[in-house]
Amino acid sequence: MVAFTVNGVHRELGVDPNTPLLWVLREHLKLTGTKFGCGIASCGACTVHIDGQATRACATPMSMVEGKSVTTIEGLSPDGSHPLQKAWIAEQVPQCGYCQSGQIMQAADLLARNKTPSRAEIVEHMDGNICRCGTYLKIISAIQRASREG
Amino acid sequence: MTERIDPRTSDLSRRDFLSAAAGLTLALTVTPDPLAILGVEDPSGTAKAEAALSPNVWLTISTDGTITIVSPAAEMGQGTFTTLPAVIADELDADWATVKPVFPPEWNERKFGNPGYDNYAFQTSASFAVRGYFKAMRIAGAQARRVLIDAVAAKWSVPAQELSTEPSVVVHKATNRRISYGEIAGFAKAPAELPKIEEKDLKAPASFRYIGKDLPRVEVPLKVTGAAKYGIDAQVPGMVYAAVLQSPYPGGGPETVDETRARQVKGVTDIVRLPEGVGVVGTSVETTQAAKNLLKVTWSDAPGAHHDSEKALEEFAAIGRDKSREGVPYESVGDAKAAMRGAVKVYRGEYRTRYLYNAQMEPMNATAAVSPDGKSVEIWTGTQGPTSLHNQVAKLLGIERSNITLHQHFLGGGYGRRSQQEVVIDAVRLAKAVGKPVKLIWTREDDVTGGKFRPMTAHHIEAGFDASGKLIAWHHRVVAESVAAYTSIANGTPPPSLDRVVMKGSPIPQYPIPNKLAEHVIETRGARLAAFRGVGNAYNAFAAESLLDEIAKDRGLDPTAFRLTLSEGQPRMQTLLRTVAEMSDWARRRDGRGLGVGTMVKDDTLAAGVAEVSVDRATGKIKVHNFWAAIDAGLAVQPRNVAAQTEGSIVYALGHVLREKITIRDGRVLESNYSDYEVTRMSDVPNIEVKVVSTDNPPTGAGEDGVPVVACAVGNAIAALTGVRLRELPFAPERVRGALGA
Repeated sequence: MVAFTVNGVHRELGVDPNTPLLWVLREHLKLTGTKFGCGIASCGACTVHIDGQATRACATPMSMVEGKSVTTIEGLSPDGSHPLQKAWIAEQVPQCGYCQSGQIMQAADLLARNKTPSRAEIVEHMDGNICRCGTYLKIISAIQRASREG
Repeated sequence: MTERIDPRTSDLSRRDFLSAAAGLTLALTVTPDPLAILGVEDPSGTAKAEAALSPNVWLTISTDGTITIVSPAAEMGQGTFTTLPAVIADELDADWATVKPVFPPEWNERKFGNPGYDNYAFQTSASFAVRGYFKAMRIAGAQARRVLIDAVAAKWSVPAQELSTEPSVVVHKATNRRISYGEIAGFAKAPAELPKIEEKDLKAPASFRYIGKDLPRVEVPLKVTGAAKYGIDAQVPGMVYAAVLQSPYPGGGPETVDETRARQVKGVTDIVRLPEGVGVVGTSVETTQAAKNLLKVTWSDAPGAHHDSEKALEEFAAIGRDKSREGVPYESVGDAKAAMRGAVKVYRGEYRTRYLYNAQMEPMNATAAVSPDGKSVEIWTGTQGPTSLHNQVAKLLGIERSNITLHQHFLGGGYGRRSQQEVVIDAVRLAKAVGKPVKLIWTREDDVTGGKFRPMTAHHIEAGFDASGKLIAWHHRVVAESVAAYTSIANGTPPPSLDRVVMKGSPIPQYPIPNKLAEHVIETRGARLAAFRGVGNAYNAFAAESLLDEIAKDRGLDPTAFRLTLSEGQPRMQTLLRTVAEMSDWARRRDGRGLGVGTMVKDDTLAAGVAEVSVDRATGKIKVHNFWAAIDAGLAVQPRNVAAQTEGSIVYALGHVLREKITIRDGRVLESNYSDYEVTRMSDVPNIEVKVVSTDNPPTGAGEDGVPVVACAVGNAIAALTGVRLRELPFAPERVRGALGA
């Protein structure tokens, strides 16, 4: 049994403590916005927040979220109105879109700590998140827009 | 399938389209749950089907004014889920805000297939969606508009010629009357015989509302909230999970299977032998993935089991030099061999490229449910090839295609990989074997080692000049396995006579040299292959444009000026060359950095690019600082999206140039994940400027056209900076360091 909070809802799940958080979110809780990309914390598609910190859900066993608060893309804002989500639409960032939940969660972690990151700070913070469609420059523009427009 | 003759010079597509459309029932084309696929509940409570009008199969107008438009192409980020409906909406004169794109309600090629293919396939690849559908969709939109106008003309007893339209409204100016499309849907019926639409009935380009403008892509909001549904997100009641241990090489089957340890994993229910793999079925993803790794399997021998890619590449290079080995000629001009014999100066160049992995972010997956009697099947996946999926599944189960229900999803990247159906086929096999719906998900390691790769290539090019200094002969030998042969075997279709995937770009049409021969010297090594974003254009441009730069250097010519001379008579390419020269301030020298240029033509789309690079001589690490590109894809239907695709494809290709490679030894792929197959990351990305040069030519593809200009431009820039020519991809630091003699 693992007890934790997901997007503000308390959950107690009878899952193996070694199960990666990713599969619990996706297949048990049907929160499929968090994506499976690599399984080894190498691409960032599964990025969620654990107690406010961007974390790779694929490499996080359930035992590590006991008593913690997990936020997924579905819980980032009630209606898709987080400044990053609005900026992502304004900049028309996504192409295939598969990596973008993770990109946005990673970027939200940055802006929560640093409201006006430099370009270099953005690149350093985002470099672990792969986008194979190549939307990186639009991601940078969207983060800068969200930083500006809050 | 074969790409049909150019739709712009053929009226076949239009005529066939019209006859197909006219013969259709005008039954309502409401999908079971058109919005569910988009990951949202229907917010409007949609007007019911009985109160809707379908002027033709492509669209349905509800009485509330909502216009549902079928968008048949796969949406993998290239934007056709917006672009194609926008083409219909423009000719229909629809209010875009009321348009809801849906995937086809049925996968019937005669209704919704791509008229650009001889078999009207549902096949989204080769940047062929807009190119193939454009005219047919304009006609469909104009035809629907005519149905609306005729209905209003009859109701108001006025001549149809006196009626005009504004977005989603029919107007009778003489009496100042207006009626919305939604109101018309309340009383109008589609006529038994649909009105015929001719070229002259279509809008003049000056009247376009959406074509050539920029619309926000319709599915983008769903992609920032996690609501967009991909195949991997499918949830089916009663489903179980599966992982498959695949044969390391094609053609290998499981000989001995030791499943003892895999069986011990709690939650594993079934272990199923597959033709080229062993499936593990169980109660969770993590269970099946863990158990799969505990299987011990020996595989039957196959030619691919002995493949060593580095050794083979050496062999390919030797074959390239050995002109007694003739290849399959591809779009030859004149007599290159004779002209070469008469040349006073012949340049030779050799280049090599390695296998590449598509590396789409969503690992391959499919969910399947087979009925208890085995006679029907439901499939949830995202595929580039609904037609090949239907054909292969029907063959596998021995059932009619009409008994297959495909739930198409958004694709988490395609790049050619999702044209392949082997994961769907395995999911169907497993679902049938265990009698439950099965969700099969590949791990990233499965996706890499079971990847279907861009072929490795060796190029041998000769270029002959006459006494007057004119380039009179071009002979490009491409030594590579045949992607077309591999995929036709996989798809169960006859092998084509030419491998367009490998050879595209090799005839360099942008340079009208009087004698050209491109030949494909086909070798077989038993690697898994697929079409790959940028196809043959990528490596063929790398080879051809590298040699052109070497020639320019030897003759003391500026690389851009040399290409402008070579492309005389090709004003579209000359415009692009001048454009990128201006964008990059080509003539300006910069300390410690070099500039390189490259061009490509792919299926009548033209592109040129300039790279600005530096090299760390100690480490061999290349840094691309700037990339300027110009693209002419004819009429740019959605210019901002064309620019986004070009920028994205430049980023995609940068990884191929800097690091990416697949190595096969003893038939096994050595790379396994993003940790050792290193794609482009944000820190690699240069400033990129793209200029979309929209011309009044018919729209051609624009999904991959940045790819081919990257390797050649970067290599040419390195040569300009260092004097050293890099002849092999990737330009990995150790190779660059070695070449620089550091």
